[in-house]
Amino acid sequence: MSIRRGLLALLAQEPMYGAQLRSEFESRTGGTWPLNVGQVYTTLARLERDGLVEAAGGADDEGRIGYRLTDQGRAEVQRWWTAPVDRGDTPRDELVIKLALAVTVPGVDVQRLVQTQRTATLRHLQDLTKLKRASSEEAGGRNELAWFLVLDNLVFAAEAEIRWLDHVESRLAREATRAPEVRTRDTESSFDDQSSKRASR
Amino acid sequence: MTTSPILLLDNVSRVHGHDETAVRALDGVTLRVHAGELVAVMGPSGSGKSTLLNLAGGLDQPTVGQVFVEGADVGAMSMRDLAALRRRSLGFVFQDFNLIPSLTAAENVALPLELDGLRVRKARRIALDALEAVGIADLADRYPEHMSGGQQQRVAIARALVGNRRLVLADEPTGALDSQTGEAVLRVLRSRCDAGAGGLLVTHEARHAAWADRVVFLRDGVVVDSTGTPPGPESLLDSVGTI
Repeated sequence: MSIRRGLLALLAQEPMYGAQLRSEFESRTGGTWPLNVGQVYTTLARLERDGLVEAAGGADDEGRIGYRLTDQGRAEVQRWWTAPVDRGDTPRDELVIKLALAVTVPGVDVQRLVQTQRTATLRHLQDLTKLKRASSEEAGGRNELAWFLVLDNLVFAAEAEIRWLDHVESRLAREATRAPEVRTRDTESSFDDQSSKRASR
Repeated sequence: MTTSPILLLDNVSRVHGHDETAVRALDGVTLRVHAGELVAVMGPSGSGKSTLLNLAGGLDQPTVGQVFVEGADVGAMSMRDLAALRRRSLGFVFQDFNLIPSLTAAENVALPLELDGLRVRKARRIALDALEAVGIADLADRYPEHMSGGQQQRVAIARALVGNRRLVLADEPTGALDSQTGEAVLRVLRSRCDAGAGGLLVTHEARHAAWADRVVFLRDGVVVDSTGTPPGPESLLDSVGTI
């Protein structure tokens, strides 16, 4: 997640102090990505170095410095709103790697792995749904609406993972019935059980 | 009184056909639904979900095992008792709503009460309460064709739980609805369960199953996993022993 762009976007609304930026960021994203204040100041320092933000006057009575966007910073925010998010640096997904290895490394009960993961992901989905239940259906302010949308994103992501796991499972079952003769090693007994069960019907 | 579940499937199997052609639609399934609990069943097509729901609703009989609704053994009932059970104790909610088009929302909801011998006025009053509970009291005199899918499904939930009925069996109730309306319907179902009903929900959508207290995974007629009930009503009541 780009904290840099998030902070720039907040500053496009109005000049803010570091602590203010942090609390605004968190309240608008429902605290899903908590920031520590050190992160915020480090990021602000880099943004200032790159000419995207500048101090809005001197320190106040409590020694706080407000920041505002430069023209260059404003242009950067505009670019962010209009361009699609870059998928190039998507983080590696451990589950995908784990499954790819599980189907190729002998001796792994892939069906069990899929089921265990699906149950865990569904529990996560239940937890997210509980958060939705705790809030009313009609969102109050814009910040609450933002939090709902963040929550929905997490819900849809978890659902997509479960659908993918369903797909993996049926794909593996089909594979097992299609070529049972090559899957005779006991390491793949779980597939054999599946295919013989199906064949007996 | 000990805590008996509203619905109990006790080691239930259902076999269709004989010998070589026999198909085990369900194989030794045990499932409890308590008051205040929503249980979701997930599984690929052919996993036995519909069979399970039909057994729970007394529309089909198990080959082995017993089904109890509010403590009564469904298998031991006469056809007449079974019909009475379906009028008084449980209700179905389907994907395609299944409302009677020539009756208003209130009349649809009141129908099972009237069939059960209640006077029209009293039945209507109870039906209006049921519609109120699902948030559409203002649509009482509308006909199904003048309601949205989500509204019709609310009527169906009201009908399923009208009067003293405490068990709702829902078969893909959000299948025909868009994601927002589907979620609103799940909220209603959830709130009816929070108010004391028991619910059994069959769905293939994880997002909707997640509204349940417990999600059971069915595969080839067998329960392969469950999300369990981390200190849910079941374990709490079991530990107390009485209510």
